[in-house]
Amino acid sequence: MSERAMEGTVQELEKASLARKQRMRQILQVAGMLPILIILALYFEFSTDRFMSWMNLSIVAQQAAINIVLAAGMTFVILTGGIDLSVGSILAASAMIAIICSKIPDYGLLGVPAALLVGLIFGLLNGILISAMRLPPFIVTLGSLTAVRGVARLLGEDTTVFNPELPFAFIGNGTLFGVPWLVVIAFAVVIISWVILRRTVLGNRIYAVGGNPDAARLAGIKVWQILLFVYSMAGLLSGLGGAMSAARLFAANGLQLGQSYELDAIAAVILGGTSFTGGIGSIWGTLIGALIIAVLSNGLILLGISDIWQYIIKGLVIIGAVALDRYRLRGGGRT
Amino acid sequence: MTSGVDPRVGMASGAASGEVPELDMRNIAKSFANIRALSNVSFSVRRGEIHALMGENGAGKSTLMKILSGAYQADAGGEIRLRGEPVAIDGPLAGRRNGIAIIYQELSLSPNLSVAENIFLGEEKRRFGFIDRKAMEAAAKPLLERLAAPFKASERVANLSIAERQLVEIARALTGHPRILVMDEPTTSLSAREATRLFSIIRQLKSEGIAIVYISHRMAEVYELADRVSVLRDGSLIGTLDKEEITAAALVRMMVGRELSSFYTKEHRHPTEDRKLVLEVEGIGDGHFIKDCSFAVRAGEVVGLAGLVGSGRTELARLIYGADARTNGRIMVDGKECKIETPLQAIDSGVVYLTEDRKALGLFLDMTIRENISMSVLGADALPAGLLNLRAAQQRASDAIRALGIRTLNAAVSVGSLSGGNQQKVLLSRLLETKPRVLLLDEPTRGIDVGAKSQIYQIIDGLARNGAAVVVISSELPEIVGISDRVLVMRDGHIVGEIEAKPGAPITQEAIMDIATNTANVRAA
Repeated sequence: MSERAMEGTVQELEKASLARKQRMRQILQVAGMLPILIILALYFEFSTDRFMSWMNLSIVAQQAAINIVLAAGMTFVILTGGIDLSVGSILAASAMIAIICSKIPDYGLLGVPAALLVGLIFGLLNGILISAMRLPPFIVTLGSLTAVRGVARLLGEDTTVFNPELPFAFIGNGTLFGVPWLVVIAFAVVIISWVILRRTVLGNRIYAVGGNPDAARLAGIKVWQILLFVYSMAGLLSGLGGAMSAARLFAANGLQLGQSYELDAIAAVILGGTSFTGGIGSIWGTLIGALIIAVLSNGLILLGISDIWQYIIKGLVIIGAVALDRYRLRGGGRT
Repeated sequence: MTSGVDPRVGMASGAASGEVPELDMRNIAKSFANIRALSNVSFSVRRGEIHALMGENGAGKSTLMKILSGAYQADAGGEIRLRGEPVAIDGPLAGRRNGIAIIYQELSLSPNLSVAENIFLGEEKRRFGFIDRKAMEAAAKPLLERLAAPFKASERVANLSIAERQLVEIARALTGHPRILVMDEPTTSLSAREATRLFSIIRQLKSEGIAIVYISHRMAEVYELADRVSVLRDGSLIGTLDKEEITAAALVRMMVGRELSSFYTKEHRHPTEDRKLVLEVEGIGDGHFIKDCSFAVRAGEVVGLAGLVGSGRTELARLIYGADARTNGRIMVDGKECKIETPLQAIDSGVVYLTEDRKALGLFLDMTIRENISMSVLGADALPAGLLNLRAAQQRASDAIRALGIRTLNAAVSVGSLSGGNQQKVLLSRLLETKPRVLLLDEPTRGIDVGAKSQIYQIIDGLARNGAAVVVISSELPEIVGISDRVLVMRDGHIVGEIEAKPGAPITQEAIMDIATNTANVRAA
């Protein structure tokens, strides 16, 4: 009897230690790339002495803002195991529309909803092709990357459109209680994304579809609806990015704006630990990933490193950080 | 190949010493962190013996075999002797050099390579640095002949059946001239006929003097094949039986640690004609394979769906569930015709389907138990604005964990880390959450241990008692016979026979096999 009681306590202890390990692993997963971000920030601070100034951090946050918004949309898509290569082009087209609509007398503020609408429409088109016609996301969005770029150029007849009296310029240049609007918007997008992914039925189904699409269908999930949603969401957020970009620059150029933004967005998502095959990942990881990219760009500029080397270093850091992450997870995943 | 000890050199001394076992593992213990996986297990295999290793999932079989193969290191104090000589197996390569080969449950072939390329994968024969395909095919040929393989060495593995792929795995294992061959549940995805063929190959390898460790959950196989049986439970060796001592009762007692008075629990149910029909299937088909299938299931009835692998059982169940496109026929639940074109419509009509492949088609392995169990009822439980009702989901999960006895720390554990039996219970819980009227259970006990099996039988029995209609697909005839009130037999996409249990005339395995293989007069369904 006493022996059994002892066995019971041993089991309790083992259970407690397992629970502790489980919590540890969750913390590690959430923290993810945070240590890398902190190390980078400290390094730049010590080597330049200017990095941690309020002024500079504000610049970094503003530079990161648009990529955070795009990467949030990309997170939804990659969580389902898909990819959206068209976000940069959609951003350009939306920015064009935003500037063009901003010139409508008295109704210039319409530029913002117009940009959102254009983004949503292109996202929906991607989603319909992928979910209803079952075309591979890579191919569909590779196509729209090119086609929508063409549309963006068409909108301004292949010129740069300006509006020096932009009615929504505050978005790109104003502040709310001292925080730049761009940063406020980006943070709001992250919060809303978190709520959708972690606190709604829809979010749970997004993870399910990404984790195992066949099982999701057999469990009674309308997989096509989920796919339609994530690509629409990515499009809508690209539209928002377009409005933000237009507001910052007072101008838009269909040819140059948003070039290769999709790559930065994908890099942020992957740096954030989201699995490329879907089903695993978090929006907080994406936020940290986007900040790493922004800190890196800013820090390398502060160090006075040439543009060419910035590219090389950024690429290597992305690969290295992800390699480190995979290695760490493999070590901790075994019991 | 690495030039190490040629295992055949040792053969003479091994044979000469007579009584010295081929493999002798003594006092093997293994702990992971603070969890004891094996404690003082002693296990030996003689030359030319088939030694079955049984035990529930998590009993320590795989850990013991991984220590033998060098994948794990045993804790200090244990000893492994090969033909009387103590050896240190400190890595997979050492295991292979010592003549130990393991064929795991999940086959690990590359489908796009040829048979020969797979056999020599990692040890390709080269000529001037290029792969020498001809030499590999020539070297593979005698191996394939030895196994009486009905395919060429140049065949692509993708074109082979599961049973044939298994032969490729065996051939690959034989390239190392193993003295000891471990097979981990090799018949899991084989039909009865394929299994019989595999058995004769295993017997042949035995007659060639290879010591065989045969891991299995299936009692019938162990009777048929094994010279001795060892049973592990909770990391300890419970005992070893000689051929004459092997009985089902003894094995179950050893594995579960208690007497299972009746393994299958159905005898008290007698669905009578006046019970109402719950599921009626009329003339359904998919336009190419499944043709004109009709049957009905009454409330409280368990109907077995038997047939060989590939006879269309899974396809029929998926058709009823709306998982695949149906071209003809009607489905009625509780007398009302239901529009079932998608799984969602099936669930809404009260029909659920348990897939035979829980990992690929059933579970979300990276998600938690809670998320897996509540997946099909998220919408019903949701708060306003589509917000997740975490409390309801948690409640459902903890109720299910208690009701079905899912062994886990808590509901936040990811399903991928559970054992097969517990995974199956999680999946079953998800189906039960929707309060189904009709359950289509496809191989509900595949790859799970005896304890979990008997629990699943009890769950099935309970569902039937509560008035559900249950259809069970199984390749294990004793299971079908044991739990069904009535058996439908399929062949080539048709239902070709029906056998009902009558008082004094139970359903027999022979009767089912006769119909399934078309060896007796076929009674129309």
